[in-house]
Parts: sequence; structure tokens; C-alpha cells
Amino acid sequence: MTLQLTGASRRDILKASVVGGGLILAFRIAPKAEAAETAGAQALNAYVRVSPNGIVTIMGKNPEIGQGIKTSLPMMIAEELDVAWENVRIEQADNDPKLYGRQFAGGSMATPLHWDELRRVGAVARAMLVQAAAVAWNCNAADCKTSGGQVIHVATGRKQSYGVLAGQCAGIPVPDPKSLPLKDPKDYKIIGKFTPQYDTAKIVSGQPLFGIDVQRPGMLYATYQKAPVFGAKVAKADLDAAKGVKGVRKAFVVDADSANVMPGGGNIGSGLVPGVAVVADTWWAARKGRDKLNVQWAEHPTAKQSSAGFAVKAKELAAGPPQRTARNDGDVAGALKGAAKTVEAAYFYPFLAHSPLEPQNCTAEFKDGKLEIWAPTQNPEPGRQLCAKTLGIKPEDITVHMTRCGGGFGRRLGNDYMVEAAWIARETGAPVKLLWTREDDLQHGFYRPAGFHFFKGGVDAAGKLVAWQDHFVSFGEGQSYASSAGMAATEFPSRFVPNYRQDVSVMSLGMPTGPMRAPGSNALAFVHQSFIDEMAHAAGADPLAFQIKLLGDKPVVGEPPSAYNAGRMVGVLKAVGEMSGWGKTKLPKGEGMGVACYFSHMGYFAEVAHVAVAASGDVKVKKVWVAADVGRQIVNPSGAINQVQGSVIEGLSHALHQQITLANGQVEQSNFHEYPLLRMSEAPPVQVQFLKTDYPPTGLGEPALPPAIPALCNAIFAASGKRIRSLPIDTSQLKT
Amino acid sequence: MPYQLNVNGKALSADVDPDTPLLWTLRDSLGILGPKYGCGIGQCGACTVHIDGQPVRSCQVPASAVGAGKITTIEGIGADPVGKKVQAAWSELDVAQCGYCQPGQIMSAAALLKSKAKPTDADIDAAMSGNICRCATYTRIRAAIKLASGQQVKA
Repeated sequence: MTLQLTGASRRDILKASVVGGGLILAFRIAPKAEAAETAGAQALNAYVRVSPNGIVTIMGKNPEIGQGIKTSLPMMIAEELDVAWENVRIEQADNDPKLYGRQFAGGSMATPLHWDELRRVGAVARAMLVQAAAVAWNCNAADCKTSGGQVIHVATGRKQSYGVLAGQCAGIPVPDPKSLPLKDPKDYKIIGKFTPQYDTAKIVSGQPLFGIDVQRPGMLYATYQKAPVFGAKVAKADLDAAKGVKGVRKAFVVDADSANVMPGGGNIGSGLVPGVAVVADTWWAARKGRDKLNVQWAEHPTAKQSSAGFAVKAKELAAGPPQRTARNDGDVAGALKGAAKTVEAAYFYPFLAHSPLEPQNCTAEFKDGKLEIWAPTQNPEPGRQLCAKTLGIKPEDITVHMTRCGGGFGRRLGNDYMVEAAWIARETGAPVKLLWTREDDLQHGFYRPAGFHFFKGGVDAAGKLVAWQDHFVSFGEGQSYASSAGMAATEFPSRFVPNYRQDVSVMSLGMPTGPMRAPGSNALAFVHQSFIDEMAHAAGADPLAFQIKLLGDKPVVGEPPSAYNAGRMVGVLKAVGEMSGWGKTKLPKGEGMGVACYFSHMGYFAEVAHVAVAASGDVKVKKVWVAADVGRQIVNPSGAINQVQGSVIEGLSHALHQQITLANGQVEQSNFHEYPLLRMSEAPPVQVQFLKTDYPPTGLGEPALPPAIPALCNAIFAASGKRIRSLPIDTSQLKT
Repeated sequence: MPYQLNVNGKALSADVDPDTPLLWTLRDSLGILGPKYGCGIGQCGACTVHIDGQPVRSCQVPASAVGAGKITTIEGIGADPVGKKVQAAWSELDVAQCGYCQPGQIMSAAALLKSKAKPTDADIDAAMSGNICRCATYTRIRAAIKLASGQQVKA
């Protein structure tokens, strides 16, 4: 979506008003298409506040989930405003779509969506301050420059601070942001500099920042028990036994609609789910009360579903004709028949849970028909709408304050915990903090869907990949995929292989699914980049050279929004080859390197993993190298490198450890002893290099993750000769 | 029943059931919110505090078992010179992503450095593997421990 400042909307709300001694510059940035007829209907705003002492307060508009956005978006504004970073204060904005437009953490979208607009927000504020000085000094704005929060008259050296000038901006017209020049990147003082997160001092001293830390006068604590089988209703619960526990104030059944689970249908709109609430003076008392409930659950059809059943069904489906064919280029059957070498392989990846370390929680207060919410959410406005719909109140009677999130990874795009807190608070008549247990979190997620791929591939005598066939068995209904269970018809290497066929069959799923960090890609990279590696070995080719050859000579293949810039991918592949000493490093027996690349979220990534596989089968990842192309500018190198390293290690964690399984319609894993995450002793060094290319800057929350998994699996093959086709990696199969 | 607890050098009284974990006593009864709940079964380390200088998972220690032990939480660790160094290293290297696990990580790192001034990589692995970082900032956690202990930090 292209966003621009529009004249009409500026007239509507662009106001330079002196409030409390500080200047608020408010901008409405409306989507281009809607600007003419509905000026400002979908608003995206930014705020700059200048105090008389020169301290500049910048609003952080988006939810902070650890991606560093509360720091990096204000860096864009501060750079063009030309203030010293140490004089910048950042405040977390509340959810306010009229003022800020869409506020969400998802899709690695914040950098590309805001790069131009927020720098212009800073530039407009700067231009007004310069104009105020020009008026005061009776000169032209062009005679002035700025530096470190001051306007300077070039000829005389006269200076005035923004803090003083801000008080003189009331009558200054607002310039057209598009008319203002932006800084030459070589003059950047903030953008591109290693900048610790704004909240670092609070984080390292344990200050209350997170949803779980919210406290309200008279607040009670709640726990909410839902059925182990998704969507099952409460048949019976011993509410009196729970109420008998010291400190328990209330225990009640919530008779919500089972359909609110939205089986397989996505998390964004999922609503209130049936369950039993226990409210107490402390959370520990609420938990003890919950232990006495002895809930009996009604029968539910999802109880017939299991991971084992899906595996059997997937094989059956793959053996027959597909339900549909999503793409069919050339003549795959003929090409396979004529190929010099063919490979057949069945791949599998499991369900995964997001498991952010801060369990889901939300604090809500319902008073005089109005609802106030404090939530760690990635997606506040849909949460507000969901609460309005569920409680039957107006959205404008609901305020959502965004707290820092103890991780997100996509889980907090759904607001199920928010609507539960709202409901329980209204029923209770007091402020309530709802906190899920870790077990609640693992067993009531919006899971990364499992998937099955049945491949056939062929290379010709020259070692060229000439045939590719995939029967993808996924989840969904009819023509539609469950949330995040899909695959584009443009999935690589389609368009790069002359004979390509993508068949699809889906199975019904009663378990909710949803986007998890690099949705789709986090699974599809594993299967595609692993099978490409298989084809490279079948061709007797070096895997990295095979990838480059496959990408071909055409710089860009396809049209936006599904264009694939092969030139950028070749660039990162070559870079990662150099970084890692690919093909030049002599490795001892039992060690190997693997390469993989993947394009997602507008970022081009190539990664090499170096592993050692012990005779016991144990896998030690010794190092990972990452070459990345996310355009011409890294906004905050500190956050950028941290995101990439974290994404890579998370990918290794998926591959080595993580799996959610369903049995009798219930998740079998309950806590971290059954759903282990990678720990310090297994975390390799991750070396990161960003290639600067002449493209607009794009996001880093996700695209480094997908290639880490196949790079690891391909390295295991290089080290052991054993091909990983199923996750998580079963190291007992690697024993020699 | 009321328990007298020594937290960050202060004598505090908490009226809780004997089985109430120290974590919830600190958080819900005493308003000390730095120690975090992540799993409740001693698997993640987010709730790590020191009792008499030893790192413990406060979700696994009932309030009734603490006795006269001196409790230090993330809020109080900066009063200790080693703790202060660890916090400074964490800030300098911008270790955190979401930051939720970091109080526990810092408490484990401070305990490590108090027992071993110059830990090796193997020491770090052993002392820190009880703390999960879901954002996987392990690279920087290791570097920050090296920095705080005056050892060379590899790029």
C-alpha cells in the first residue's frame, strides 16, 4: 500500500497547537486511493513533542515485541528532525487508529511501510522550526541550517534551540512533506548507528514494562481453563470447590460458542472460547481454585483427530490424484521420463507453537459501560473490535493500552486472551489481570501448520534441474488453506524449472492455526531448499554452484507482487560462499557445510551452516554465516544483527527440538520439558553481513529464519550422508 | 500466614499460604515484578533470584522454605559490584530483544561471575543453559558475560 501525506487530510487535522508548553505536530497520512473521497479515513499518524528545554518526545506507534521498533521508528523521525539522540524521549502510543493508522507488528512490514513517511514527519517538523526562526530573525528559511536540536543562521552564526522555537510555531504553515528534501545518507547521525533499545536500562534493572507487570488499584487475578479438545464446551464443573479455596472470589462458566475456535481458520478473528474462569486475590490462589474444578467437557468432533492419523491420511492422498493442481508448467511427466537422474522424496514438518516466554495475559477494567485494557498485543485494533463485538459495546468505549510484549512471533496477532480478560472483568466487576499458565499457552495456540510434500525431481545429463513435482498435502477446506497452511503457485523454484507441477490436497483440521514468524516460509524453505540440495547431489554438482545456476541469468523473474529478484539472491549466495570459505575449507570426517537461500518478507537471505555429527548421532552446529540483502540502509545495526542471529538460532531450534503433536484432538505437549527450546550450550556463533544494494530498506523480523533450517539439514547430509526429510531431526537416525 | 522475608536488604512481610512459590509471593504480594513467570516448573529460568548468593528458580521455592535467607532480585542486583557490571555489559551490547527473560539471565550471569571471575565458554554453557531466551539472544548473552568479566569479546 502506498501511503502519502495528502493536502485534503492536512487541512482536516494538521494542527500546530501549543499544548502544555510543548508543540504537537500531528500529521494525517492517508492511503492514496482513499484520500480524495474520504480524507483521512484510514489514518496513520506520527507525533513529535518538543519541550521548552529542548527535549524531544517521539511517539512509538507500533507494538514492541522485541523487534526493536519502539527505537527504530523514532530514529527515522529524529534523524530528519535533526536532534541529538540523547535528547530524544520515546513514549509508547496507545492504540489509536484515528491518530496513528494501523498499529501492528507483523510481516516484517514496519520498516518498508514507514521508511519514507516517518522521515518526512521529522523533516516537516524541522522545516516548521526553521521557519519559526526565520520569522523571528526576519530572514529566509534558506539562510538557516539545523544541527543537534538548534536552528542556526548561517551567515551570522546566531542560534536558537528547538525548545524555544517550538513555542513560536503556532502560526507557521505546514509544508508539503513531499516538497522537502531528505538528508543524504552520508550525513546520517542516528540512522545506521548502533543504537541500544530505548528501554534497555529498564530491562536490565527489572522495571515493570510487560503486560504481566500491569497493576491496577483493587485488581484481582484470573485464570481461565479451556477444554483440552479445541472448542469443547463445559459439561460440568465443581465451582463450589474452587470457591472454597482461600482467596478465591469467583468461579464461573463461560458458555461461549465453540465455533469461536475457528478450526484451522486463522487466528486474527478468533473469539471467546468456552471455559471456566476463576478469579482470586492472587494468581496462585486462582490456580489452586482451578485445580479443584474437576471440569467435565462435552464431546467434540475434533477428538477424532490426531497427528498420527494425519500422517496416514496424507500418504493415502499422495498415492491418489490430487484434489487440485495449482500450477502445471511444461510437461513434468515427460521430463521425468527423459531425465538422466530422478529423485523421489517425502518430506514432513510438524505443528509448532509460538511459545513466547511471557505467557498470554491481559488486564481489563470495566466501569460504567466503558472498557479499559492493558495488553501485550501485536495487533491492538482487531482486539478492540473483537472485544466490542463479544461484549456488545461500542469500540469507542474501549481503550487499549499497549504494553511491551515478552515475545510475539505472531501469537499475539490473535487477541483471544484480550477478549477473555474483558469478559471476566465485566463479570467480576473489578479490574482483573488474566494470566495463562505455560500449559494453557502451549495447548491453546494458533499453531504453525504441519505439512507433507511428496516430491519428484529430475536433472538432465548436463546437470540441469529440468523437472519438479510436488504433491503438497496440507490442511484446509475445499479450495482454501487453513491459516498459514498454504503455498503460492510462485513458490521457488517454480518459474525457474521448465517442467514444474504443484499438486495440492488438503485435510480438515479442528486445531486453530495461524502465522508464526516467517509464516509459510519457515516450513517451505526447509522442504524446497533441502530437495534442491538433493537434486544438486543427484547432478553431482556443488550445491552452492547448483543454486546459482538454477537462478539463471535473468535478473528479475515475474511481476510484483510475486517478482523474484534472482540477481539479489545470487549476490547473497556468492557473499555467503566467501564468508564461510565454501569449498575451500577442508573439514574433518563427520563435519560438513550446507547452504540454503530463501526470499521472504522482501528480504534475500543465503546461509551456510557448519555442523559436526558425532558417532552417537548428536549434532553440534559449529557456526552459521548469513549474507542478507534488505536494501540500501540498515536503520539500527544493533537491532538488525540481533534479529538475524535470533532468527537463525530459532530456526535451528525448530529443526533440532520442536514439535507439537495432536492425539485425540488434544495437544500432547504441556510445558518446556516436552517442548524444548534451544539453549545456550547449543547456540552457535552467527556471523552476519548485510549487502547494501540500491533498493528501499525492508524488514528483518522474519526473513533470516527460513534458510537456517535447510542450511543445517544440508550440512548434516554433507557431514553424514544422511538426508533429513522430517522435522524435528531424529538424531538416533544419524548414529554410525 | 505471615512470613518475614529479607528482599534486597529490606525486611518485608508477606501473608501467604505456605505453599505459595516465592515467585508469586514477590510478584503478587510484595509488588516486586522483576522476576518473571515463564513456565512454573523450573525449566526456563525467567524467575531466577539469588538466595544467599545462590541462583534459584523462585517458582520452585515455597515462601515457607526461604526462612532467613537473603533474597536478591533483579531490582537489587545493581547494588552488588558484580551485578552492576553485568547490567552495564548487557546495556552496552544491547543484549535484549523482548527482554522478558533477561532478569533471569542477568541473575544467572551474576551468580556465575561471583563464583568464577573469568568463565570459559564451557562455564557459560553450564551456568546459563537453565535460562531459555525465546528470542535466542544467546550470542550477545555470551558476549556480555565475557565483557563483564573483562575478557576479549569475539565479534
